[in-house]
Amino acid sequence: MTASNVIEVKGVHYRYDRESVLSDINLTVPKGAFLGVVGPNGSGKSTLLKVILGLLKPREGTVTLFGEVQSKFKDWERIGYVSQKANAFNTGFPATVYEVVASGLTKKTGMFRFIGKKGRPQVERAIRAVSMEAFMDRNIGELSGGQQQRVFIARAIVSEPDVLILDEPTVGVDTQNVQTFYDMLDQLNKDLGITLMLVTHDIGTITSKVTHVACLNKSMHFHGSAADFEQVKGQELTEFYGHDVHMLHHNHDHDHGNEGVR
Amino acid sequence: MIEAIFTYQFLQNAFITGLIIGIIAPLLGAFIVVRRLSLIADALSHVTLSGIAASLLLSKSFVLFSGLNPLWLGMTFSVIGSLFIERLRTIYKHYQELAIPIILSGGIGIGVIFISLADGFNTDLFSYLFGSVSAVSRSDLWLILGIAIVVVTIVVLLYKELFLLSFDEEFGKASGLSTKALHLLFMVMVALVIAASMRIVGILLVSSLMTLPVAAAMRVSTGFKQTIFFSILFGELAVIIGLFSAFYLDLAPGGTIVLSSILILLMAIAFKKWLTMRK
Repeated sequence: MTASNVIEVKGVHYRYDRESVLSDINLTVPKGAFLGVVGPNGSGKSTLLKVILGLLKPREGTVTLFGEVQSKFKDWERIGYVSQKANAFNTGFPATVYEVVASGLTKKTGMFRFIGKKGRPQVERAIRAVSMEAFMDRNIGELSGGQQQRVFIARAIVSEPDVLILDEPTVGVDTQNVQTFYDMLDQLNKDLGITLMLVTHDIGTITSKVTHVACLNKSMHFHGSAADFEQVKGQELTEFYGHDVHMLHHNHDHDHGNEGVR
Repeated sequence: MIEAIFTYQFLQNAFITGLIIGIIAPLLGAFIVVRRLSLIADALSHVTLSGIAASLLLSKSFVLFSGLNPLWLGMTFSVIGSLFIERLRTIYKHYQELAIPIILSGGIGIGVIFISLADGFNTDLFSYLFGSVSAVSRSDLWLILGIAIVVVTIVVLLYKELFLLSFDEEFGKASGLSTKALHLLFMVMVALVIAASMRIVGILLVSSLMTLPVAAAMRVSTGFKQTIFFSILFGELAVIIGLFSAFYLDLAPGGTIVLSSILILLMAIAFKKWLTMRK
Protein backbone atom coordinates (compact mmCIF):
# COMPACT_ATOMS: atom_id res chain seq x y z
CA MET A 1 0.00 0.00 0.00
CA THR A 2 1.52 3.28 -1.05
CA ALA A 3 0.37 6.69 0.07
CA SER A 4 0.64 7.95 -3.50
CA ASN A 5 -2.40 5.90 -4.45
CA VAL A 6 -5.66 7.68 -3.80
CA ILE A 7 -7.88 4.66 -4.35
CA GLU A 8 -6.97 0.97 -4.22
CA VAL A 9 -9.46 -1.77 -4.97
CA LYS A 10 -8.37 -5.36 -4.35
CA GLY A 11 -10.20 -8.54 -5.36
CA VAL A 12 -13.69 -7.03 -5.20
CA HIS A 13 -16.71 -9.19 -6.01
CA TYR A 14 -20.26 -7.88 -6.10
CA ARG A 15 -23.58 -9.44 -7.10
CA TYR A 16 -27.16 -8.22 -7.35
CA ASP A 17 -29.32 -11.13 -6.24
CA ARG A 18 -27.95 -14.05 -8.23
CA GLU A 19 -26.30 -12.10 -11.00
CA SER A 20 -22.61 -11.41 -10.65
CA VAL A 21 -21.86 -7.80 -11.57
CA LEU A 22 -18.24 -7.42 -10.51
CA SER A 23 -15.79 -10.27 -10.27
CA ASP A 24 -12.26 -10.01 -8.95
CA ILE A 25 -11.76 -6.32 -9.62
CA ASN A 26 -8.35 -4.79 -8.95
CA LEU A 27 -7.87 -1.09 -9.52
CA THR A 28 -5.47 1.59 -8.41
CA VAL A 29 -5.83 5.32 -8.91
CA PRO A 30 -2.51 7.15 -8.43
CA LYS A 31 -2.47 10.68 -7.06
CA GLY A 32 -2.90 13.30 -9.77
CA ALA A 33 -4.18 10.82 -12.35
CA PHE A 34 -7.14 11.26 -14.66
CA LEU A 35 -8.56 7.75 -14.87
CA GLY A 36 -11.23 6.89 -17.38
CA VAL A 37 -13.28 3.81 -16.57
CA VAL A 38 -14.92 2.60 -19.76
CA GLY A 39 -17.25 -0.26 -20.53
CA PRO A 40 -20.58 -1.02 -22.20
CA ASN A 41 -23.95 -0.56 -20.55
CA GLY A 42 -24.48 -2.97 -17.69
CA SER A 43 -20.77 -3.63 -17.27
CA GLY A 44 -20.77 -2.77 -13.58
CA LYS A 45 -19.12 0.66 -13.86
CA SER A 46 -21.57 2.50 -11.62
CA THR A 47 -21.60 -0.42 -9.21
CA LEU A 48 -17.83 -0.19 -8.89
CA LEU A 49 -18.10 3.52 -8.06
CA LYS A 50 -20.75 2.83 -5.46
CA VAL A 51 -18.53 0.18 -3.88
CA ILE A 52 -15.64 2.65 -3.76
CA LEU A 53 -17.88 5.30 -2.19
CA GLY A 54 -19.17 2.82 0.40
CA LEU A 55 -22.76 3.03 -0.88
CA LEU A 56 -22.67 -0.71 -1.63
CA LYS A 57 -20.88 -3.38 0.37
CA PRO A 58 -18.92 -5.92 -1.71
CA ARG A 59 -19.14 -9.67 -0.94
CA GLU A 60 -15.40 -10.00 -1.08
CA GLY A 61 -12.38 -7.78 -1.45
CA THR A 62 -11.14 -4.55 0.05
CA VAL A 63 -11.24 -0.87 -0.81
CA THR A 64 -8.48 1.39 0.47
CA LEU A 65 -8.89 5.16 0.37
CA PHE A 66 -5.86 7.40 0.95
CA GLY A 67 -4.04 4.45 2.48
CA GLU A 68 -6.83 3.68 4.92
CA VAL A 69 -9.24 0.73 4.88
CA GLN A 70 -12.67 1.97 3.79
CA SER A 71 -14.49 0.91 6.96
CA LYS A 72 -12.12 3.07 9.03
CA PHE A 73 -12.07 5.95 6.55
CA LYS A 74 -13.61 9.15 7.91
CA ASP A 75 -12.40 12.00 5.67
CA TRP A 76 -15.21 11.71 3.15
CA GLU A 77 -14.90 15.40 2.31
CA ARG A 78 -11.65 14.50 0.52
CA ILE A 79 -13.75 12.66 -2.08
CA GLY A 80 -16.09 14.60 -4.34
CA TYR A 81 -18.85 12.69 -6.12
CA VAL A 82 -20.97 13.60 -9.11
CA SER A 83 -23.58 10.93 -9.64
CA GLN A 84 -25.27 9.88 -12.82
CA LYS A 85 -28.55 10.53 -11.11
CA ALA A 86 -27.72 14.22 -10.95
CA ASN A 87 -29.46 14.25 -14.32
CA ALA A 88 -32.65 12.86 -12.88
CA PHE A 89 -32.98 14.82 -9.66
CA ASN A 90 -36.16 16.63 -8.65
CA THR A 91 -35.92 19.60 -11.02
CA GLY A 92 -38.75 21.35 -9.23
CA PHE A 93 -36.70 21.59 -6.05
CA PRO A 94 -36.75 25.23 -4.94
CA ALA A 95 -33.04 25.69 -4.30
CA THR A 96 -30.69 28.27 -5.79
CA VAL A 97 -27.39 27.38 -7.42
CA TYR A 98 -25.67 28.96 -4.42
CA GLU A 99 -27.61 26.80 -1.96
CA VAL A 100 -26.90 23.61 -3.90
CA VAL A 101 -23.17 24.29 -4.10
CA ALA A 102 -23.02 25.32 -0.43
CA SER A 103 -24.59 21.97 0.51
CA GLY A 104 -21.30 20.41 -0.62
CA LEU A 105 -19.73 21.89 2.52
CA THR A 106 -22.08 19.99 4.84
CA LYS A 107 -19.65 17.31 5.93
CA LYS A 108 -16.64 19.58 6.13
CA THR A 109 -18.43 22.15 8.25
CA GLY A 110 -19.48 19.51 10.78
CA MET A 111 -22.64 18.79 12.75
CA PHE A 112 -24.41 21.64 14.56
CA ARG A 113 -22.34 24.28 12.79
CA PHE A 114 -23.51 26.77 10.21
CA ILE A 115 -21.98 27.22 6.77
CA GLY A 116 -22.99 30.88 6.83
CA LYS A 117 -20.78 33.75 5.68
CA LYS A 118 -17.58 31.88 6.43
CA GLY A 119 -18.23 29.49 3.56
CA ARG A 120 -19.21 32.20 1.08
CA PRO A 121 -15.75 32.74 -0.52
CA GLN A 122 -15.32 28.98 -0.97
CA VAL A 123 -18.77 28.57 -2.53
CA GLU A 124 -18.22 31.51 -4.88
CA ARG A 125 -14.82 30.18 -5.91
CA ALA A 126 -16.31 26.78 -6.77
CA ILE A 127 -19.08 28.41 -8.78
CA ARG A 128 -16.53 30.52 -10.66
CA ALA A 129 -14.42 27.40 -11.35
CA VAL A 130 -17.32 26.00 -13.40
CA SER A 131 -18.19 29.46 -14.88
CA MET A 132 -21.67 29.58 -13.40
CA GLU A 133 -21.34 32.86 -11.47
CA ALA A 134 -24.05 34.53 -13.56
CA PHE A 135 -26.60 31.98 -12.33
CA MET A 136 -25.72 32.01 -8.63
CA ASP A 137 -29.15 33.15 -7.42
CA ARG A 138 -31.26 31.26 -9.93
CA ASN A 139 -33.24 28.17 -9.05
CA ILE A 140 -31.46 25.01 -10.16
CA GLY A 141 -34.53 23.79 -12.04
CA GLU A 142 -34.40 26.74 -14.44
CA LEU A 143 -31.03 25.70 -15.86
CA SER A 144 -30.21 23.44 -18.81
CA GLY A 145 -28.88 19.91 -18.29
CA GLY A 146 -25.31 20.96 -19.00
CA GLN A 147 -25.51 23.92 -16.64
CA GLN A 148 -26.98 21.73 -13.90
CA GLN A 149 -24.12 19.27 -14.32
CA ARG A 150 -21.66 22.14 -13.85
CA VAL A 151 -23.42 23.09 -10.64
CA PHE A 152 -23.13 19.52 -9.38
CA ILE A 153 -19.41 19.57 -10.12
CA ALA A 154 -19.11 22.85 -8.23
CA ARG A 155 -20.90 21.17 -5.31
CA ALA A 156 -18.45 18.28 -5.46
CA ILE A 157 -15.32 20.49 -5.55
CA VAL A 158 -16.42 23.13 -3.03
CA SER A 159 -15.02 21.13 -0.13
CA GLU A 160 -11.68 21.10 -1.98
CA PRO A 161 -11.48 17.32 -2.36
CA ASP A 162 -8.32 15.52 -3.46
CA VAL A 163 -10.24 13.26 -5.78
CA LEU A 164 -13.35 13.77 -7.86
CA ILE A 165 -15.43 10.76 -8.93
CA LEU A 166 -17.83 11.30 -11.81
CA ASP A 167 -20.44 8.83 -13.07
CA GLU A 168 -21.40 9.42 -16.73
CA PRO A 169 -21.27 13.19 -16.29
CA THR A 170 -21.97 13.99 -19.93
CA VAL A 171 -25.28 12.14 -20.20
CA GLY A 172 -27.89 14.81 -20.81
CA VAL A 173 -25.31 17.39 -21.87
CA ASP A 174 -25.64 18.47 -25.51
CA THR A 175 -22.76 17.49 -27.79
CA GLN A 176 -21.45 21.03 -28.29
CA ASN A 177 -20.96 21.44 -24.58
CA VAL A 178 -19.32 18.06 -24.00
CA GLN A 179 -15.99 19.37 -25.30
CA THR A 180 -16.02 22.46 -23.02
CA PHE A 181 -17.04 20.16 -20.20
CA TYR A 182 -13.98 17.95 -20.70
CA ASP A 183 -11.78 21.05 -20.98
CA MET A 184 -13.08 22.14 -17.62
CA LEU A 185 -12.25 18.72 -16.12
CA ASP A 186 -8.78 19.02 -17.62
CA GLN A 187 -8.33 22.33 -15.83
CA LEU A 188 -9.46 20.90 -12.51
CA ASN A 189 -6.97 18.06 -12.97
CA LYS A 190 -3.99 20.15 -14.11
CA ASP A 191 -4.51 23.50 -12.37
CA LEU A 192 -6.05 22.42 -9.07
CA GLY A 193 -4.30 19.04 -8.99
CA ILE A 194 -7.53 17.14 -8.36
CA THR A 195 -7.30 13.41 -9.09
CA LEU A 196 -10.15 12.43 -11.40
CA MET A 197 -11.96 9.15 -11.88
CA LEU A 198 -14.54 9.29 -14.60
CA VAL A 199 -16.92 6.54 -15.64
CA THR A 200 -18.29 6.59 -19.16
CA HIS A 201 -19.36 4.41 -22.05
CA ASP A 202 -18.14 7.13 -24.39
CA ILE A 203 -14.72 5.77 -25.38
CA GLY A 204 -14.13 8.12 -28.30
CA THR A 205 -13.84 11.37 -26.36
CA ILE A 206 -12.26 9.98 -23.28
CA THR A 207 -9.03 8.32 -24.43
CA SER A 208 -7.52 11.57 -25.68
CA LYS A 209 -8.05 13.28 -22.33
CA VAL A 210 -7.15 10.77 -19.65
CA THR A 211 -3.82 9.61 -18.27
CA HIS A 212 -5.04 6.15 -17.27
CA VAL A 213 -7.68 3.78 -18.59
CA ALA A 214 -9.58 0.91 -17.02
CA CYS A 215 -11.78 -1.29 -19.23
CA LEU A 216 -14.50 -2.98 -17.30
CA ASN A 217 -17.03 -5.55 -18.31
CA LYS A 218 -17.94 -7.36 -15.09
CA SER A 219 -14.25 -8.21 -14.77
CA MET A 220 -11.29 -5.95 -15.48
CA HIS A 221 -10.12 -6.31 -19.09
CA PHE A 222 -7.45 -3.68 -19.13
CA HIS A 223 -5.95 -1.40 -16.53
CA GLY A 224 -2.98 0.81 -17.30
CA SER A 225 -1.76 4.06 -18.76
CA ALA A 226 -3.54 5.75 -21.64
CA ALA A 227 -0.45 5.29 -23.84
CA ASP A 228 -0.49 1.51 -23.32
CA PHE A 229 -4.18 1.47 -24.00
CA GLU A 230 -3.70 3.07 -27.43
CA GLN A 231 -1.66 0.04 -28.48
CA VAL A 232 -4.12 -2.64 -27.45
CA LYS A 233 -7.21 -0.57 -28.08
CA GLY A 234 -8.56 -2.31 -31.18
CA GLN A 235 -8.12 -5.80 -29.82
CA GLU A 236 -9.47 -4.97 -26.38
CA LEU A 237 -12.55 -3.21 -27.59
CA THR A 238 -13.53 -5.97 -29.98
CA GLU A 239 -13.15 -8.49 -27.19
CA PHE A 240 -15.23 -6.32 -24.99
CA TYR A 241 -18.17 -5.36 -27.06
CA GLY A 242 -18.10 -8.43 -29.26
CA HIS A 243 -18.41 -6.34 -32.42
CA ASP A 244 -16.76 -3.50 -34.25
CA VAL A 245 -16.22 -0.30 -32.26
CA HIS A 246 -17.50 1.92 -35.03
CA MET A 247 -20.77 0.09 -34.82
CA LEU A 248 -20.86 1.05 -31.20
CA HIS A 249 -20.41 4.71 -31.99
CA HIS A 250 -23.11 4.45 -34.54
CA ASN A 251 -25.55 3.09 -32.01
CA HIS A 252 -24.32 5.32 -29.30
CA ASP A 253 -27.06 7.94 -29.30
CA HIS A 254 -29.73 5.37 -28.76
CA ASP A 255 -27.93 4.02 -25.73
CA HIS A 256 -28.13 7.17 -23.64
CA GLY A 257 -31.49 6.58 -22.11
CA ASN A 258 -30.89 2.93 -21.41
CA GLU A 259 -28.02 3.19 -19.00
CA GLY A 260 -29.41 1.60 -15.86
CA VAL A 261 -28.08 1.49 -12.33
CA ARG A 262 -25.20 -0.65 -13.41
CA MET B 1 -61.67 39.14 19.34
CA ILE B 2 -58.63 41.20 20.34
CA GLU B 3 -60.45 42.34 23.46
CA ALA B 4 -61.82 38.88 24.11
CA ILE B 5 -58.31 37.44 23.94
CA PHE B 6 -57.31 39.54 26.93
CA THR B 7 -60.41 38.48 28.80
CA TYR B 8 -60.72 34.75 28.15
CA GLN B 9 -57.92 32.31 28.82
CA PHE B 10 -59.27 29.73 26.36
CA LEU B 11 -58.93 32.26 23.54
CA GLN B 12 -55.38 33.05 24.58
CA ASN B 13 -54.61 29.35 24.52
CA ALA B 14 -56.09 28.89 21.06
CA PHE B 15 -54.45 31.98 19.63
CA ILE B 16 -50.94 31.35 20.98
CA THR B 17 -51.14 27.67 20.05
CA GLY B 18 -52.27 28.71 16.57
CA LEU B 19 -49.31 31.04 16.17
CA ILE B 20 -46.92 28.30 17.29
CA ILE B 21 -48.20 25.68 14.87
CA GLY B 22 -48.29 28.35 12.16
CA ILE B 23 -44.50 28.26 12.46
CA ILE B 24 -43.69 24.58 12.96
CA ALA B 25 -46.17 22.98 10.56
CA PRO B 26 -45.02 24.92 7.45
CA LEU B 27 -41.38 24.73 8.60
CA LEU B 28 -41.41 20.92 8.48
CA GLY B 29 -43.89 21.08 5.62
CA ALA B 30 -41.27 22.69 3.37
CA PHE B 31 -39.06 19.61 3.79
CA ILE B 32 -42.02 17.23 3.49
CA VAL B 33 -43.22 18.75 0.21
CA VAL B 34 -39.82 18.80 -1.52
CA ARG B 35 -39.21 15.22 -0.41
CA ARG B 36 -42.60 14.25 -1.85
CA LEU B 37 -43.82 12.91 1.48
CA SER B 38 -47.02 14.96 1.71
CA LEU B 39 -49.22 11.88 1.89
CA ILE B 40 -47.18 10.42 4.70
CA ALA B 41 -48.20 13.39 6.83
CA ASP B 42 -51.79 12.46 6.08
CA ALA B 43 -51.26 8.83 7.06
CA LEU B 44 -49.61 9.84 10.32
CA SER B 45 -52.45 12.18 11.25
CA HIS B 46 -54.86 9.27 10.97
CA VAL B 47 -52.67 7.19 13.24
CA THR B 48 -52.79 10.07 15.70
CA LEU B 49 -56.57 9.72 15.62
CA SER B 50 -56.33 6.14 16.90
CA GLY B 51 -54.11 7.37 19.74
CA ILE B 52 -56.60 10.08 20.66
CA ALA B 53 -59.49 7.61 20.50
CA ALA B 54 -57.56 5.13 22.65
CA SER B 55 -56.92 7.83 25.21
CA LEU B 56 -60.56 8.96 25.29
CA LEU B 57 -61.61 5.33 25.78
CA LEU B 58 -59.08 4.85 28.58
CA SER B 59 -60.17 7.96 30.43
CA LYS B 60 -63.80 6.92 30.10
CA SER B 61 -63.21 3.36 31.33
CA PHE B 62 -60.66 3.91 34.06
CA VAL B 63 -60.75 6.65 36.65
CA LEU B 64 -56.98 6.45 36.86
CA PHE B 65 -56.65 7.84 33.33
CA SER B 66 -59.42 10.40 33.52
CA GLY B 67 -56.94 13.26 33.77
CA LEU B 68 -54.76 12.03 30.93
CA ASN B 69 -54.23 14.57 28.14
CA PRO B 70 -55.10 12.70 24.89
CA LEU B 71 -52.25 14.51 23.19
CA TRP B 72 -49.74 12.20 24.89
CA LEU B 73 -51.17 8.99 23.46
CA GLY B 74 -51.83 10.72 20.14
CA MET B 75 -48.17 11.67 20.02
CA THR B 76 -47.03 8.19 21.00
CA PHE B 77 -49.17 6.51 18.33
CA SER B 78 -48.02 9.00 15.72
CA VAL B 79 -44.34 8.36 16.48
CA ILE B 80 -44.88 4.58 16.43
CA GLY B 81 -46.73 5.01 13.13
CA SER B 82 -43.80 6.89 11.63
CA LEU B 83 -41.47 4.03 12.58
CA PHE B 84 -43.88 1.52 11.01
CA ILE B 85 -43.98 3.51 7.79
CA GLU B 86 -40.19 3.39 7.58
CA ARG B 87 -40.23 -0.35 8.19
CA LEU B 88 -42.85 -0.86 5.46
CA ARG B 89 -40.95 1.36 3.05
CA THR B 90 -37.91 -0.89 3.33
CA ILE B 91 -40.00 -4.06 3.00
CA TYR B 92 -41.77 -2.76 -0.13
CA LYS B 93 -38.74 -1.11 -1.69
CA HIS B 94 -40.32 -0.83 -5.12
CA TYR B 95 -43.77 0.18 -3.90
CA GLN B 96 -42.87 2.69 -1.22
CA GLU B 97 -46.22 4.50 -1.45
CA LEU B 98 -47.94 1.28 -0.31
CA ALA B 99 -46.91 2.16 3.23
CA ILE B 100 -49.31 5.10 3.13
CA PRO B 101 -52.66 3.28 2.59
CA ILE B 102 -51.58 0.51 4.96
CA ILE B 103 -50.81 2.90 7.81
CA LEU B 104 -53.66 5.28 7.00
CA SER B 105 -56.37 2.63 6.97
CA GLY B 106 -54.79 0.87 9.94
CA GLY B 107 -54.90 4.13 11.88
CA ILE B 108 -58.55 4.78 11.09
CA GLY B 109 -59.46 1.13 11.68
CA ILE B 110 -58.01 1.10 15.18
CA GLY B 111 -59.47 4.55 15.83
CA VAL B 112 -62.97 3.50 14.79
CA ILE B 113 -62.84 0.42 17.04
CA PHE B 114 -61.83 2.51 20.04
CA ILE B 115 -64.51 5.07 19.22
CA SER B 116 -67.25 2.45 19.08
CA LEU B 117 -65.96 0.86 22.28
CA ALA B 118 -66.29 4.29 23.90
CA ASP B 119 -69.93 4.43 22.71
CA GLY B 120 -69.50 6.62 19.69
CA PHE B 121 -68.80 10.25 18.98
CA ASN B 122 -68.84 12.99 21.53
CA THR B 123 -68.01 16.67 21.30
CA ASP B 124 -64.51 16.02 22.57
CA LEU B 125 -63.73 13.79 19.63
CA PHE B 126 -65.35 16.23 17.24
CA SER B 127 -62.94 18.92 18.37
CA TYR B 128 -60.00 16.62 17.70
CA LEU B 129 -61.26 15.81 14.22
CA PHE B 130 -61.88 19.36 13.03
CA GLY B 131 -60.03 21.57 15.49
CA SER B 132 -61.43 23.89 18.06
CA VAL B 133 -61.12 27.45 19.29
CA SER B 134 -62.44 26.66 22.74
CA ALA B 135 -61.00 23.26 23.62
CA VAL B 136 -57.29 24.13 23.86
CA SER B 137 -56.20 23.88 27.47
CA ARG B 138 -53.20 25.43 29.20
CA SER B 139 -51.58 22.01 29.45
CA ASP B 140 -52.06 21.55 25.68
CA LEU B 141 -50.38 24.89 25.15
CA TRP B 142 -47.35 23.99 27.27
CA LEU B 143 -46.96 20.61 25.59
CA ILE B 144 -47.20 22.15 22.12
CA LEU B 145 -44.75 24.90 23.06
CA GLY B 146 -42.33 22.22 24.25
CA ILE B 147 -42.63 20.33 20.96
CA ALA B 148 -42.13 23.55 19.02
CA ILE B 149 -38.94 24.46 20.89
CA VAL B 150 -37.47 20.99 20.32
CA VAL B 151 -38.42 20.90 16.62
CA VAL B 152 -37.23 24.42 15.79
CA THR B 153 -33.94 23.85 17.61
CA ILE B 154 -33.29 20.61 15.74
CA VAL B 155 -34.19 22.09 12.34
CA VAL B 156 -31.95 25.12 12.91
CA LEU B 157 -29.00 23.05 14.15
CA LEU B 158 -29.33 20.37 11.48
CA TYR B 159 -30.52 22.63 8.66
CA LYS B 160 -27.70 21.85 6.24
CA GLU B 161 -27.96 18.10 6.88
CA LEU B 162 -31.74 18.15 6.37
CA PHE B 163 -31.31 20.21 3.21
CA LEU B 164 -28.83 17.69 1.83
CA LEU B 165 -31.08 14.77 2.77
CA SER B 166 -34.00 16.41 0.97
CA PHE B 167 -32.14 17.57 -2.11
CA ASP B 168 -29.90 14.59 -2.81
CA GLU B 169 -29.89 11.68 -0.42
CA GLU B 170 -27.30 9.71 -2.34
CA PHE B 171 -24.83 12.58 -2.36
CA GLY B 172 -25.42 12.93 1.36
CA LYS B 173 -24.62 9.27 1.87
CA ALA B 174 -21.53 9.53 -0.31
CA SER B 175 -20.27 12.43 1.78
CA GLY B 176 -20.60 10.37 4.94
CA LEU B 177 -23.95 11.62 6.27
CA SER B 178 -25.92 9.02 8.26
CA THR B 179 -29.05 9.54 6.20
CA LYS B 180 -31.00 6.73 7.85
CA ALA B 181 -30.72 8.17 11.34
CA LEU B 182 -31.45 11.67 10.04
CA HIS B 183 -34.53 10.50 8.16
CA LEU B 184 -35.82 8.72 11.24
CA LEU B 185 -35.31 11.83 13.34
CA PHE B 186 -37.17 13.80 10.69
CA MET B 187 -40.12 11.40 10.68
CA VAL B 188 -40.37 11.54 14.47
CA MET B 189 -40.43 15.35 14.28
CA VAL B 190 -43.20 15.17 11.68
CA ALA B 191 -45.18 12.87 13.97
CA LEU B 192 -44.76 15.28 16.88
CA VAL B 193 -45.77 18.33 14.86
CA ILE B 194 -48.86 16.55 13.56
CA ALA B 195 -49.92 15.68 17.09
CA ALA B 196 -49.30 19.29 18.14
CA SER B 197 -51.13 20.88 15.22
CA MET B 198 -54.25 18.76 15.39
CA ARG B 199 -55.54 20.61 18.48
CA ILE B 200 -56.23 23.66 16.31
CA VAL B 201 -56.67 22.39 12.73
CA GLY B 202 -58.00 18.94 13.55
CA ILE B 203 -56.69 15.52 12.60
CA LEU B 204 -58.38 15.45 9.21
CA LEU B 205 -56.85 18.74 8.11
CA VAL B 206 -53.44 18.72 9.78
CA SER B 207 -51.54 17.90 6.59
CA SER B 208 -53.06 20.91 4.85
CA LEU B 209 -51.22 23.32 7.14
CA MET B 210 -48.00 21.48 6.28
CA THR B 211 -48.50 21.52 2.52
CA LEU B 212 -50.74 24.38 1.33
CA PRO B 213 -48.56 27.27 2.62
CA VAL B 214 -45.53 25.55 1.07
CA ALA B 215 -47.33 25.11 -2.24
CA ALA B 216 -48.09 28.85 -2.23
CA ALA B 217 -44.54 29.78 -1.16
CA MET B 218 -43.01 27.75 -3.97
CA ARG B 219 -44.82 29.95 -6.51
CA VAL B 220 -43.31 33.18 -5.27
CA SER B 221 -39.86 32.39 -3.86
CA THR B 222 -36.40 31.59 -5.16
CA GLY B 223 -34.26 29.27 -3.13
CA PHE B 224 -35.08 26.98 -0.26
CA LYS B 225 -34.56 29.39 2.63
CA GLN B 226 -36.93 31.84 1.00
CA THR B 227 -39.44 29.04 0.46
CA ILE B 228 -39.34 28.27 4.18
CA PHE B 229 -39.73 31.95 5.05
CA PHE B 230 -42.79 32.44 2.85
CA SER B 231 -44.28 29.10 3.96
CA ILE B 232 -44.22 30.25 7.57
CA LEU B 233 -45.54 33.69 6.61
CA PHE B 234 -48.47 32.18 4.69
CA GLY B 235 -49.03 29.59 7.43
CA GLU B 236 -49.32 32.31 10.09
CA LEU B 237 -51.59 34.37 7.88
CA ALA B 238 -53.90 31.39 7.32
CA VAL B 239 -54.00 30.59 11.04
CA ILE B 240 -54.79 34.18 12.05
CA ILE B 241 -57.49 34.71 9.42
CA GLY B 242 -58.86 31.23 10.11
CA LEU B 243 -59.03 31.64 13.88
CA PHE B 244 -60.70 35.06 13.69
CA SER B 245 -63.35 33.91 11.27
CA ALA B 246 -63.92 30.70 13.23
CA PHE B 247 -64.47 32.75 16.37
CA TYR B 248 -66.85 35.27 14.83
CA LEU B 249 -68.77 32.85 12.60
CA ASP B 250 -68.77 30.08 15.22
CA LEU B 251 -67.19 27.53 12.87
CA ALA B 252 -64.61 24.78 13.39
CA PRO B 253 -61.19 26.44 12.85
CA GLY B 254 -59.94 23.49 10.81
CA GLY B 255 -62.25 24.45 7.99
CA THR B 256 -61.60 28.19 8.10
CA ILE B 257 -57.83 27.75 8.28
CA VAL B 258 -57.79 25.40 5.30
CA LEU B 259 -60.00 27.73 3.27
CA SER B 260 -57.73 30.68 4.13
CA SER B 261 -54.70 28.64 3.00
CA ILE B 262 -56.42 27.81 -0.27
CA LEU B 263 -57.26 31.47 -0.77
CA ILE B 264 -53.62 32.41 -0.17
CA LEU B 265 -52.53 29.66 -2.55
CA LEU B 266 -54.83 30.93 -5.31
CA MET B 267 -53.54 34.45 -4.78
CA ALA B 268 -49.94 33.25 -5.00
CA ILE B 269 -50.67 31.40 -8.25
CA ALA B 270 -52.42 34.46 -9.70
CA PHE B 271 -49.55 36.71 -8.58
CA LYS B 272 -47.00 34.47 -10.30
CA LYS B 273 -49.08 34.45 -13.49
CA TRP B 274 -49.29 38.23 -13.41
CA LEU B 275 -45.52 38.46 -12.94
CA THR B 276 -44.73 36.22 -15.90
CA MET B 277 -47.27 37.98 -18.10
CA ARG B 278 -45.74 41.36 -17.33
CA LYS B 279 -42.25 40.19 -18.37
